[in-house]
Amino acid sequence: MQDPKTFAAHVAQAIETGRPAAGQPGAPRLLIDMRGIRKSYYVGQPNELEILHGIDLQVYEGEFIAIVGESGSGKSTLMNIIGVLDKPTAGAYTLDGIDIHAANDKELAAIRNRKIGFVFQTYNLIGRQSALKNVELPMLYAGVPGPERARRAADWLGRVGMGERMKHQPNELSGGQKQRVAIARAMVNDPAIILADEPTGALDSQTSRVVMDLFREMNERYHKTIVLITHNQNLAEECGRVLTLLDGRIVAQRKGAGRRGVL
Amino acid sequence: MGFFENIVLALGNLRANKMRSLLTMLGIIIGIAAVIAIETIGSSMTGAVTDSMSGLGVSNITVSLTQKSEEDSSGGFFGGGVALRLFMDSSPSDSDLLTDAMVEEYMAAFPDTVAAVQKTLQVGSATLDKYGDSGTTITASVSGVNRAVLNELDGDTPLLAGRWLRDDDGDRRICVVSEKFVEQTMGCSNTEAVGQRVTLNISGMPYAFYVAGVYTYDDESASMFGSTDDDAIQTEMYIPLDTARAITGTAAGYESLTVQVAGGVDINDFVTTTGEFFSSYYTRNDTWTVEASSLSSMVEELTSMLSTISLGISAIAAISLLVGGIGVMNIMTVSVTERTREIGTRKALGAPNTAIRLQFITEAVVLCLLGGAIGVALGVAIGAALAAFVGFAARASLTAIAVAVGFSMAIGVFFGYYPANKAAKLDPIEALRYE
Repeated sequence: MQDPKTFAAHVAQAIETGRPAAGQPGAPRLLIDMRGIRKSYYVGQPNELEILHGIDLQVYEGEFIAIVGESGSGKSTLMNIIGVLDKPTAGAYTLDGIDIHAANDKELAAIRNRKIGFVFQTYNLIGRQSALKNVELPMLYAGVPGPERARRAADWLGRVGMGERMKHQPNELSGGQKQRVAIARAMVNDPAIILADEPTGALDSQTSRVVMDLFREMNERYHKTIVLITHNQNLAEECGRVLTLLDGRIVAQRKGAGRRGVL
Repeated sequence: MGFFENIVLALGNLRANKMRSLLTMLGIIIGIAAVIAIETIGSSMTGAVTDSMSGLGVSNITVSLTQKSEEDSSGGFFGGGVALRLFMDSSPSDSDLLTDAMVEEYMAAFPDTVAAVQKTLQVGSATLDKYGDSGTTITASVSGVNRAVLNELDGDTPLLAGRWLRDDDGDRRICVVSEKFVEQTMGCSNTEAVGQRVTLNISGMPYAFYVAGVYTYDDESASMFGSTDDDAIQTEMYIPLDTARAITGTAAGYESLTVQVAGGVDINDFVTTTGEFFSSYYTRNDTWTVEASSLSSMVEELTSMLSTISLGISAIAAISLLVGGIGVMNIMTVSVTERTREIGTRKALGAPNTAIRLQFITEAVVLCLLGGAIGVALGVAIGAALAAFVGFAARASLTAIAVAVGFSMAIGVFFGYYPANKAAKLDPIEALRYE
């Protein structure tokens, strides 16, 4: 863990110059490096449709960024590409030093497993399985042995405040509790980035506050890089950096307030 | 994703849809149960037959008169004489019987192969009063036998007192009885019984016999035929052949003979030779011929009959299994559709296609194996119940069970592959968006 102040300065410098402060001690790692990302559907057909028109995006280790946009702006498509659920039609995407273009399906699955922690709006916990089993799931695919899996899952459930409800099944948990389990699940494989898609979209403002605080904790305490995709401006305001997506282009990039506000 | 986790997961999913799983398994349960039931009955039957016959000497060939079939005698397949012939010629006339002369020629022809020929003439049942209770009658079945028959008997039920009959006893009125017979009708010791006179009532006529010997009573062979109740004992009484002929008034001939084959002879080959030898006496007989069979050939016949039956049942079971397999495929497809979001989530969390495929194939296999196991249990129960009803000791066929388990597993893999592959190939984005 680095000194937060030097680290923040490095990140700020890197964002301004557009490249990492290479060679300097404590230089932040460039985790997401997207250059000229385009995504088209129905390629080669008369109704070919380009959703993303050349996205450049760099995210450094330890950042908490928000991508804001109205529906239809290409938010989801961008999220799918960041989360390597989808490959771009054109452009270069390097995730934590890995060239996504060169990876096959099996390797993409492994990248999702090790490098990305997903948090969904609809939680997407597996039904009829306890919170503990749900959190164990990414480790199952990573080949972590059983006892170690259970230990780590219990540990993370404790950290998100779900230590008392580890044996509960998703249908016995409230929305906020489900999202906390989902955050534990996203964190448990120690991914490079947490990718959260409208994580408070289905929650009331009070619960949203709890979940958002949890994300901030993950960012500040565990130094986890978080990419938050939302259409909620107040939520975006709490992040370190806010990117605005409009019609498949990043039209604005600004610093966020980075502090708690009213949700 | 480990093998064990997949099984636990599969069991959990099946438990969550109990009724649906059970209905899906039904086809497999019925198919497997049918095969296992018939196999259990089959192996119980062959086991019981082999057991009960192993004591009777496997080196025996039975030679018996049989009616020639319609085709053999007249060549007309659709001849209307079949039913008529059955009524008219249901018993052979004196001139059709196997004779002592034939037996002598036979023994002369194969001196090294034939150890002895057992001749038996059934006289019928004899009744006499129970000792000390003239109101109760005891029944004994009487047969005229030669020494060869008694020699073999000596192995299982040795003589207790007196002597066995000899071939030179002629038509003397002497008999060999069981110790049970002595106990029930004479009320004295076995040794005292020898030389005593008993009066038998055979088809309404009283005949006086002197006891020449007493042999051991075999409880087991008696109980096989029913009650061991003292009043209804089943006991055999042996008298000389000529005596039997004199009582029944039949000519010097036999409807059947038993050939004891010497050791070291291939009995299956010799059955054919024996059959051909005796048939040669009957080439010009219109209605009768001779067939030879050995225990092993009878067991073979029984086995082949059973395997024909099981083949038929297996064919029906195969259809049931096919339908069951299609049911599994159907329900797995439904399950994949229902759990599209789960599949999407798993893929987002880093499940490779192979893991998803394996998960669903495992689920199909577990479903089929469970159905197979229930089918095996049900089949063994039905088979055992039927075997017990017929009176055989139940014996489950382990091979059939192993095949059934393997087969239901194969059904799971075969019919589970298509839906599992469908799940594995789902686009994670589409799957996550699925409502």
